Amino acid sequence: MSLIDFTPNGMHVAAAGVHIDPWRAVDRAIITHAHSDHARAGMGSYLCQTQSVPILKHRLGNDIVVEGIPYGEVREVNGVRFSFHPAGHVIGSAQVRVEHKGEVWVASGDYKTTDDGITPPFEPVRCNTFITECTFGLPVYTWESQNIIFKEINEWWRANAAVGITSIISAYSLGKAQRVIANVDPSIGPILTHGAVEACNVAIKAAGVPLPHTIQLTPNTEKQLIKGALVVAPGSAMGTPWANKLRPFSTASASGWMQIRGWRRRSGVDRGFALSDHADWPGLNAAVKATGAQRVIATHGYTHQFSRWLNEQGIEATTEETAFTGDEAVTATETEGSS
Amino acid sequence: MQRFAQLIERMDATTSTNEKVQALTDYFELAPESDKLWTIALLSHRRPKRSLRTTDLKAWAAEEANIPFWLFDECHHIVGDLSEAIALVVPGDTNTDTGPLSEHIELVIALKQFDEAERHARVVDMWKRLDRIGRFVFNKLITGGFRIGVSQKLMVRALSKHTGVAEDELAHQLMGNWDPQSTSFHDLVNDRDGGTVRSRPYPFCLAYAVEVEVGTLGDPSEWIAEHKWDGIRGQLIVRDGELYVWSRGEELVTDKYPEYAVLRDALPNGTVLDGEILPWRDDMPLPFQLLQTRIGRKTVSQRALKEAPVALVAYDLLEWEGNDLRSESLAARRALLKELVQKIDLPVLRLSEEVGFTSWNELADERDRSREKRSEGLMIKRRDSEYHVGRKKGDWWKWKVDALTIDGVLLYAQRGHGRRADLYTDFTFAVWKGEELVPFAKAYSGLTDIEMKKVDAYVKANTKERFGPVRSVVPKLVFEIAFEGIGLSPRHKSGVALRFPRIHRWRTDKPIEEANSLQDLMDLIDARAKAAK
Repeated sequence: MSLIDFTPNGMHVAAAGVHIDPWRAVDRAIITHAHSDHARAGMGSYLCQTQSVPILKHRLGNDIVVEGIPYGEVREVNGVRFSFHPAGHVIGSAQVRVEHKGEVWVASGDYKTTDDGITPPFEPVRCNTFITECTFGLPVYTWESQNIIFKEINEWWRANAAVGITSIISAYSLGKAQRVIANVDPSIGPILTHGAVEACNVAIKAAGVPLPHTIQLTPNTEKQLIKGALVVAPGSAMGTPWANKLRPFSTASASGWMQIRGWRRRSGVDRGFALSDHADWPGLNAAVKATGAQRVIATHGYTHQFSRWLNEQGIEATTEETAFTGDEAVTATETEGSS
Repeated sequence: MQRFAQLIERMDATTSTNEKVQALTDYFELAPESDKLWTIALLSHRRPKRSLRTTDLKAWAAEEANIPFWLFDECHHIVGDLSEAIALVVPGDTNTDTGPLSEHIELVIALKQFDEAERHARVVDMWKRLDRIGRFVFNKLITGGFRIGVSQKLMVRALSKHTGVAEDELAHQLMGNWDPQSTSFHDLVNDRDGGTVRSRPYPFCLAYAVEVEVGTLGDPSEWIAEHKWDGIRGQLIVRDGELYVWSRGEELVTDKYPEYAVLRDALPNGTVLDGEILPWRDDMPLPFQLLQTRIGRKTVSQRALKEAPVALVAYDLLEWEGNDLRSESLAARRALLKELVQKIDLPVLRLSEEVGFTSWNELADERDRSREKRSEGLMIKRRDSEYHVGRKKGDWWKWKVDALTIDGVLLYAQRGHGRRADLYTDFTFAVWKGEELVPFAKAYSGLTDIEMKKVDAYVKANTKERFGPVRSVVPKLVFEIAFEGIGLSPRHKSGVALRFPRIHRWRTDKPIEEANSLQDLMDLIDARAKAAK
């Protein structure tokens, strides 16, 4: 038995009777972040990073039993020491450090290694075994800097606003949407939100993170306001009657998958911006190196390619199947929570 | 190069035709003459020949990216496009290059004169000097596969806006042989010298498929019908004692069909015919597969000449005694053509016979007999129509026979390329041969996006074996495969080859036991052979 086992319920720390991001109902769950493939309903109790608490409640209901502890604070269960460390993925996202009898494992959850301006940046944690995601574990995924991407987004929005067209950007309602809202140039025009995005904004503000002014789009929103505005909506709202009422418009998607021309074209949006909340190839490699881990377990994404590469670099690496998304079956329009 | 790369990026960023035309027009306004010329050439499929081996490019890219070859291969497969994969993995992004497009193309052309080491150095140097989109475009130039989402028609529209020359006239100007290295932009869009004019074909008039009940086309007497021959569309030109044969793809194919050489002397100067290049014996066309054995060969063997002799089945006369007849009525053009074919009286030149009919029902019966005549259906053309440039709706219609169909079982799947990279979209289908499933057709089009996702998920969840990019799957899904023709083929495992196979629909209602058999395919061939006799 290892310190963390991969079981049908999810990642299991048997010594403590605790699961990390379980995908089936268990008594005690430790949650890396509030995206739906990592934080599921039905657990007896939840432990997460402090800022995740209001977001988790928003997603899973106010009646869940949830406790938050700040980054770095140690919680001991049956002699196993747990602590959260910034993963830089979305607000409240954390890597889980697990220490028992001198052995240290870190489960990364989802993470990115660059600073997005609103999420506490990723901090590498030294460990013996590093369980890493690798959603974008191929060299073609090397992100442009956020500054360049937002310059492009602003240019697109500005050009649309100049001709009185609405700009609709599809971004996952938790995380990506707030990153977009916080980093675009608000002098171009008003920022309107889809209800699902606005609800996340409220939860994130409750977590103590300030966000720029946004207006929720309703049937009563004035036409004049919509013209030239930036509308931030989840991917599921694109192409629906809700979106079609905003005509004339230009559509865009903010997702790591937009890095590839074929995906961009297939997504059916006018513009694709490769803006990801996951680590890119250099990020994944830097993270693995910084942990000093002797062993790496790749969980979701291009696991086979990334582990083979690590083995060739002299780092022992294996793969494990999980229920986390972000694998090759995820398409550009279904990247909710994983891009 | 930057300006051109930006143009590609801008056209790529929109699905709107108008915006693409606008992007091109803006580009034409600003670009230097030589760049405009090359842009026109690239967008009309006149690209420099590939001067490098792709295996070399892959190796150089892997080396620059500091990754093993297998990992580059993975990247290539996920991206689905070699030029793009290289652009993404090779570091650079400094973008210090400010030279015009023509300079880069000159380098591409010059590459073949360099030795291996020099070529390597030049290409890598260029990669480092360009940003991602620039690298992508440069790679497209060196791999000779320049295809982006803009048709020649849109390019001509933008060029017309830029120059003020009418679209139809420009379309004609851009036809035929011209070399961006020796032509000037001015000469290209205005008038070219006699040497090139002599061989220049006219833009082909194209037809749309009939969308409505043919009965609604009105009075049958206003229409001319003929069979739609299953060959290669071609234009045959005799001017100044020279013969030129052009294919629909604007390829000069005179040497591929030596049978037509006799027409150089038989036809008077200033004659241009539009017709079908068809393998023909006695009074019947031969199966298209026979012609296929000749296509793609540089020199035609004696055997091919004997087994698949071609004739030109002419259906239009575009130029007569040096005069452009395209604005005359079809009836007048055909009358002249008929007279000409009769006078020449050579087996190599035949008239595409008019199908007489007095009612649309009568014509429908004739269409049902198309397969017996080895035609694909009928062409219906308005009697008083002029010969249009390109595809214009209303005067020319194609009325094809319904496709043949067979129910096949999905056996192998392969990931698509380009737009469909990462989805399993290229399939191999099989029919029963006793207890065994034998592959008989490959097809990749015909499913809706939603169906495609479902099949993709099935493939991923039901993979039996992997052979590189190909997966064999548990046989369970049945699809109706439509195709235009079928023939015996020793090169295929099943012994048959299909023409234009595609997925007609997903037969979710059928278990695999009810899929067709190889015998059913053989019966189709027999039935057609009998009908032809």
